[in-house]
Amino acid sequence: MSDILKMCKTVVSSLRKKTFCQMYPFQPAKFHTHTRGHIKLDAAKCILCTLCAKRCPTGALEVDRVKGYWQINRYKCIMCIECVHACPVKPVKALTTEQQYAPPMAKMENERFDVEIKKPAAAPKVAAADAP
Amino acid sequence: MPKRTVIPFGPHHPVLPEPIHLDLVLEDEKVVEAIPNIGFIHRGLELLCEKKPFQDMVLVAERICGICSLVHGIGFVNGVEKIMNLQVPERAELLRVFWSEMSRIHSHLLWLGLAADAIGFESLFMHSWRVRELVLDIFEETTGGRVIFDAIKVGGVKKNISKETLGRILKQLDKIEEEYKQIADVFVNDFTIAHRWSGVGVLTKEQAELLGAVGPCARASGINFDVRMIKYGGYDKISMEPIVETAGDCYARALVRVREVYQSLDQVRQAISKMPEGGEVEVKVTGFPTGEYFSRVEQPRGEVIYYVKGNGTKFLDRFRVRTPTFANVGPLVQMLAGCDLADVPAIVLAIDPCISCTER
Repeated sequence: MSDILKMCKTVVSSLRKKTFCQMYPFQPAKFHTHTRGHIKLDAAKCILCTLCAKRCPTGALEVDRVKGYWQINRYKCIMCIECVHACPVKPVKALTTEQQYAPPMAKMENERFDVEIKKPAAAPKVAAADAP
Repeated sequence: MPKRTVIPFGPHHPVLPEPIHLDLVLEDEKVVEAIPNIGFIHRGLELLCEKKPFQDMVLVAERICGICSLVHGIGFVNGVEKIMNLQVPERAELLRVFWSEMSRIHSHLLWLGLAADAIGFESLFMHSWRVRELVLDIFEETTGGRVIFDAIKVGGVKKNISKETLGRILKQLDKIEEEYKQIADVFVNDFTIAHRWSGVGVLTKEQAELLGAVGPCARASGINFDVRMIKYGGYDKISMEPIVETAGDCYARALVRVREVYQSLDQVRQAISKMPEGGEVEVKVTGFPTGEYFSRVEQPRGEVIYYVKGNGTKFLDRFRVRTPTFANVGPLVQMLAGCDLADVPAIVLAIDPCISCTER
């Protein structure tokens, strides 16, 4: 008989405990220092080098150096933060990741940031940065 | 001769959320033959090596599987690092061991939960996944992801773990082990589970050797082999003994996984204690890979083989993966021949199939 009641001890002890699951929308989620979240652009710092768009594995980013904009398709973004690693702006990167996921979206649209076009000399050598 | 009936099992079926398809040839209630048919979710990931630079292919390799993603990444970078003669720092190697053993714990707990669910033991399923949640929390804290970790790169690891965090993780491991002991006790000693799985889907040692079974499936049939014994990566610093059962049935496969969780907990502790303090976790990668290499890595499901061929440009010539489930399909067909129709879900689940891996 005791063979089929092995689970009872665990079940009875967990009856006395609180709910294990976190009631997510009502309780805020926990985030850690390494959390990869919502990609954020500081348009004042962006130099339109297009390195982030080149590194993006899903093609979620589009950077136009002529018209001067940087845009992201949040539906395509998988938050691998390769773009953040690639951003060459120093000392503070133009692209950062927030410790928070993107807010829910009701419409399929690209998020566009207008960026001031700086002198071409400010752009880094793309070929040199691309090499490993 | 009784009349034969063919019953299609899958692609949508009650065992797994993954699309495996088997044509079961039945005589009354007995399965005479099972004909596997794979290829429903082929994604062509291997061809992507011609379009992505080899550093970015780590990301693709990690996305081959959702459960053992990190181990896939390690298999790929091991191959590239061997071609390029890169010496990975010791701390990075042990961090890889730490994460891959944590992956094994999480994968085995997931399987134990699913297996309990498949035989109708709902509460055991819930409790197995509750313990797994503690492991996923450690992953989230150390890598930022719960399923896809994105922690491996060619030449090292992307993330370092501080000393305080490692101390906290060691305490957490004790908690996980204590909680896990209660669940493992049910798997090892409960009458219903032993009654359901004992003698079901027997694979003898000779058959397992002949058909090339890998991983827990082979070890449950008495084959004393584990790829970690070849001491790849940081495993040369970790002592281990493969866990072997001899019965060769579904219950033995479950017991191997139950005991492997303890083994992995021990290996995680060894990796943390042997980790050198400070120091680099990555080396600079210069140049492009020229040459080819077969990399073998032990996944939670068994041995995975990576073939990588570089041609001196930033794109690889060839990238080929032989996943453990693919190797276990042959033994699965052997196990299914002669079993009852009602045992088919239990046997299919016992090899821990990952169809997304198999079809890539």
